Amino acid sequence: MSFFQQVKTLMSKDVLLEWRSKHAINSILLYIVSTVFVCYQAFKSVDTLVWNALFWIILLFASINAISRSFVQESQYRQLYYYSIASAKAIILSKIIYNILLMSFLSVIAYLVYSVIFKNPVGDPLLYFTAILLGSVSFATVFTMVSGISSKTGNNSTIMAILSFPVIIPLLIVLIKLSQNALQGLERSTSYGEIGVLLAINVITITISLLLFPYLWRD
Amino acid sequence: MMRKSWWKVLGAVMVCSSVVAGFMGPVPVLPILNETIRNIYFHVPMWFTMITLYLISVIFSVKYLNSGERNHDIMAVEAVNVGILFCFLGLLTGMQWANITWGDPWPNDPQLNGSAIATLMYLAYLVLRNALEEEQKRAKISAVYNIFAFPIMIVLIYILPKLTDSLHPGSGGNSTFSDIDMDNNIRPVFYIAVIGWILTGIWIFTLRYRLRLVENNRNKLD
Repeated sequence: MSFFQQVKTLMSKDVLLEWRSKHAINSILLYIVSTVFVCYQAFKSVDTLVWNALFWIILLFASINAISRSFVQESQYRQLYYYSIASAKAIILSKIIYNILLMSFLSVIAYLVYSVIFKNPVGDPLLYFTAILLGSVSFATVFTMVSGISSKTGNNSTIMAILSFPVIIPLLIVLIKLSQNALQGLERSTSYGEIGVLLAINVITITISLLLFPYLWRD
Repeated sequence: MMRKSWWKVLGAVMVCSSVVAGFMGPVPVLPILNETIRNIYFHVPMWFTMITLYLISVIFSVKYLNSGERNHDIMAVEAVNVGILFCFLGLLTGMQWANITWGDPWPNDPQLNGSAIATLMYLAYLVLRNALEEEQKRAKISAVYNIFAFPIMIVLIYILPKLTDSLHPGSGGNSTFSDIDMDNNIRPVFYIAVIGWILTGIWIFTLRYRLRLVENNRNKLD
């Protein structure tokens, strides 16, 4: 099978597994809704700055929970089987694409729920939506590789948080700035710099993941 | 002996002379900064040394992944250890300086926060090493994390502060060192301090590396 066929097959396998159990989607959705509700009970009404920050923090924790499972949900023996029939690059690329899809779906739902429960003050909805999509892509690319690393250590969840927070913070800073621009409805041309930086970081992380993953999986 | 260790002597001489010249030498009289401008000989070289050591660490991580040699892994981790030391020194000197000129030891400044987060990244690298028992696995996985985190750290320290308003020179419309602030009395001493501290940092790193080699040889069963 060619490289892209491998990626496609592996990805559809992931989607199919998720569709059959619906475990991740349902639990993360419940997680998002209940966190939003807890925040609503705690804050009642917020100004735009807090609105934005709170949304990204909820999304950050939801995505860590969603993606940290990506290498541990299947048994080691089955993973060994995948590694013997497909190339390591195809495996990591398929995981990244699958996580991008999952995260985009989850963050759109989170955005809808969030703006229904809290009032939605967004000035430029299209730009905000772009920020959300870029955010889910960034979360997916960074966390997939980090979850690959942390799955190699025994105690998964703590290591995952420790390793991923410092790496995601620069992206989060840019994302919050971009979405703040969208919230205030600023001229779009002021945000091109941020979008460029985000795209560049994502390209870099995907390239490095593709280069490094073949070293990571071999035990 | 001299042929091998000339750079250590050079580093020590450069650091000593930059300390003497830094405290005694003439400096321009600037508002707000006043005499604290002498801190430029101590605060800035710490960051250059830190970046150099982190760069060394990444290079040896790449080398480790290619060769699988244990010494490369030891070099990578020792470079990070010394780099963290210099990062703390840079933060300390910076906080002192900020307290006098900006009126707050920890102003909300992107460069400051960026370097603090970068420190977290490398502390996480050390925690990751502790979490892994098996030696080869530890070396390989931490090398992967080290290479993965490095470009993001560069973005954090060098690119993001340039995009936003920062109190530091060279960003948010502030002039860079070389434009106005850097007067001709400062420049030679500053360069000597930078090179001297980088050499000293590398010296500390090689000493720690050799210490680790000796320890490993002692622990070896034969």
